[in-house]
Amino acid sequence: MTLQLAAPAVRPASWLGGRWVRFAVRRTGRLLVSVWVLATAAFLMVHAVPGDPVRAALGANAPASLVEAKRASLGLDRPLLEQYLSFLQGLVTGDLGSSIVTQVEVSETIRTGLPGTLTLAVAAFVLAVAVSIPLGVGIAVLTRRGRARRTEFAFAGTSVVLGTIPDFLLGVLLVYLFAVELQWFPVAGRSGPESYVLPVIALAAGAVAILSRIMRVEMLAVLEADYMRTARAKRLSPLRTYLVHALPNAVTATLTIGGLLLGGLVAGTVLVENVFAWPGLGGTLVRSMLGKDYPLVQGIVLVYGVLVLLVQTLVDVLLALLDPRSTIGDS
Amino acid sequence: MRRVLTPLGITGFALLALILFLAVFAPSIWGDRATTVDVPSALQGSSSEHWLGTDALGRDLFARVLVATRLSLELAAIATVIRVAVGLLLGTAPMFLGRRLGGVVMAAVTILVAFPALLVVLFLATIFGVGATGAVLAIGLAGAPSFARLCHTLFASVEASDYIAAARTAGVSRPRILFRHVLPNVAEPLVVSATIDMGYTLLAFAGLSFLGLGVQVPSYDWGQLMQDNLSRIYTDPLAAIGPGLAVVIAGLAFNFIGEAVARSFGTRDDVRRPVAPPRRVPASLRRQDQPDLLTVEDLRVDFTTSRGVSRPVRGVSFSVKAGEAVGIVGESGSGKSMTALAVAGLVDEAGVVDAGRLSFDGADLLDGGDHRRLLGTSLAMVFQDPMTSFNPAHRIGAQLAEVGRTHQALGRRVAWARAVDRLQAVRVREPERRARQYPFEFSGGMRQRAMLAMGLMGSPRLVIADEPTTALDVTVQKEVLALLGEIREQEGAALLFISHDVSVVREVCDRVLVMYAGRIVEDLPASELDESSHPYTRALVAAVPHMETDTDRPLAVIPGQMIDPSESPAGCAFAARCPRASVRCGVEEPVLEVLPSGARVACWHPGEARSVLMEKAEVRR
Repeated sequence: MTLQLAAPAVRPASWLGGRWVRFAVRRTGRLLVSVWVLATAAFLMVHAVPGDPVRAALGANAPASLVEAKRASLGLDRPLLEQYLSFLQGLVTGDLGSSIVTQVEVSETIRTGLPGTLTLAVAAFVLAVAVSIPLGVGIAVLTRRGRARRTEFAFAGTSVVLGTIPDFLLGVLLVYLFAVELQWFPVAGRSGPESYVLPVIALAAGAVAILSRIMRVEMLAVLEADYMRTARAKRLSPLRTYLVHALPNAVTATLTIGGLLLGGLVAGTVLVENVFAWPGLGGTLVRSMLGKDYPLVQGIVLVYGVLVLLVQTLVDVLLALLDPRSTIGDS
Repeated sequence: MRRVLTPLGITGFALLALILFLAVFAPSIWGDRATTVDVPSALQGSSSEHWLGTDALGRDLFARVLVATRLSLELAAIATVIRVAVGLLLGTAPMFLGRRLGGVVMAAVTILVAFPALLVVLFLATIFGVGATGAVLAIGLAGAPSFARLCHTLFASVEASDYIAAARTAGVSRPRILFRHVLPNVAEPLVVSATIDMGYTLLAFAGLSFLGLGVQVPSYDWGQLMQDNLSRIYTDPLAAIGPGLAVVIAGLAFNFIGEAVARSFGTRDDVRRPVAPPRRVPASLRRQDQPDLLTVEDLRVDFTTSRGVSRPVRGVSFSVKAGEAVGIVGESGSGKSMTALAVAGLVDEAGVVDAGRLSFDGADLLDGGDHRRLLGTSLAMVFQDPMTSFNPAHRIGAQLAEVGRTHQALGRRVAWARAVDRLQAVRVREPERRARQYPFEFSGGMRQRAMLAMGLMGSPRLVIADEPTTALDVTVQKEVLALLGEIREQEGAALLFISHDVSVVREVCDRVLVMYAGRIVEDLPASELDESSHPYTRALVAAVPHMETDTDRPLAVIPGQMIDPSESPAGCAFAARCPRASVRCGVEEPVLEVLPSGARVACWHPGEARSVLMEKAEVRR
């Protein structure tokens, strides 16, 4: 008590603002460090390739003079530290070098492919969250306390199977059913809104299967919590009890676990884009890996990594909005 | 093991057996068929001769899928071995490298785990180059960090145990501790995890080969076969889908086994929905209204579980007058909390609440009508654990204001202002600032005050407090009790105070109900607790140490255990522990009878002529 009296009177608004500012600073700091680690890894990747990457890219028949000239133009003949610094400098200015094979600037290739990949990943993210949360809640309420065992069994079975089918295979199955047989949607490519349906479903289905299962378990746990009894003691409407008191807590726990999964959607685009001949970065990445076009691989891997980090940051911000506790301390 | 053999587990093991059989025998059985080039019958669709059709060189695709089982499984197995070996190495690093260096390793592992496995695989595949070897290394190493983290978590939990500390103290070397004490204890979850991950490794390999980055021609695994025939999806869909089905079946085999094992570890919720419809006493049997604030007659609570019916409350009758403070005492399991919850209508759905009569403030709570507003404004609840009774996701002020907004039709601002005012009423300092805070920023005592403030949002006629001070420090206890007293004075509210602590109840309440095994065994004024008639009440009072207690002797305890709520004994439930028990007590249940003093007692031998001292001596035995 005396301690409290002695404490200086702090304005509530600034105190609250302070916590958010501290959270923003800490989270941004973590993001920047992660990006730096990622960039360093991408830089080292090219140097970790056994043998001479330029020789590997140009093939055994390329004349030695051409290889040497290429090495010089890529700056591979300079000291490692100097290369590293100029690489970082290039990142800041948006210069990622140019392709060994086509000479096209890497940043240009990324600018062309990124929108396709990004729309696919964002749509899948939104779909995964929008479907799995209501689905998990609904199944949790239905199957609470061992009720509706058949529904629970059907749900568990479907989600295990759906969670096991890899996204690219699901894509193939969807193409066969809905594009080849029923001809409801285009087989491949990116055109109108209807062309998004199959790739987005293929990408999001696995995440929905797993996330909705997590959501169900978390919701069941929350429904048994003491504060739900308090909410009932306040005689609120059942809808308010579920939506305002149970949902935010269950979503918080689900997002904490599901954050990784949603980041995985970004990487999943590589496979799905290949199934649907989707004009994004995925196809370019695979082609440049096969062609040993290291600067291009480096740039695209970097973009994917940053996207993953952004998704994780977004999840953390959502968590902070839903659960004030997550703004304090590093969890 | 038996619990693993559920239909799910059996399916998993059957699929796994099939796959292992194919991996071992398929190449020798179908090897020729899979490699026989037959150009004239190239690119055929599905037929009785070629179930999945043929490929560009006329080779039978079904045979190729079967034969590919070996390579697919081999590569996944090698990758899993790499993953487990490197993961173990990284996971044990903190044990060998010391706290500092080990911490650095684990920090790196944490960063790596945050990236999707596929991205790390692609990164590593770039370094190791395209092909089966590069893919094995990439997939194995990409999985290592998550396995390392699992190891680390498991090790940390085992390391904290006493026997490891004992081995340390005894000077056992670190490798010896690891191999003799730590690994054997975590082997099971590690093996299970590695098995499940083998399924994912298989899928990852299929993905990589599908992209053309894994197995290269002329070798073939399932992913490579998929990639090879994907373009035929328009003409021969089975050729494109067939290899994929093999991948899914293999993945499911591992997943089903993992799921079955995981389920056998987890506990199942046994509580089933009640089957029996609630039994109701006809209205004609209910007595006329009395001026009591709360009237409870023949209250029963039943829970139907898989082990039978449990009856935590078996016919409890009492009343609370306006402004009266009534305590309910008893050991844990006596049904006192369940009685309070049933009165408040908060027994959760699995329980069936039934009563001859249950009325509050003139309203019949059993008439099936909507009493939300009455209960929301006139009945205040305080629960035992203040740390978990507030919703962690909402501000304290909002949780209070919600009551006013729901039941009193207050606007947002007015409700908030009232919440701040109520916090002030329970003497929370700086109520405006505190109202904006979240529960985790409140101490236990503060939360209990806030809980009272929540009850004060309306104008409570009855406060039901279920062990409200049990979780608090003694000094905070005093404050909360004093506050309860003040609220009763100011609001004229009655109090139903549930506690296992006789001394607190004596201090706070006018009247005490003593509960045992779901029944009231005695109902007496708090001031007469020392002259109680029931042997159980006497034992409870005797068990409280006081200033004159002889500290050289062991403290009084009540020998024996409370009967299980699922049993229903023929006679008195306390008979087995009672010093006065006679033959009659074992066969005939005593009824709660009104004594001349107005008190009630359920005992065949109430207050018989035995000195309190003798009884205490007996209780101690």
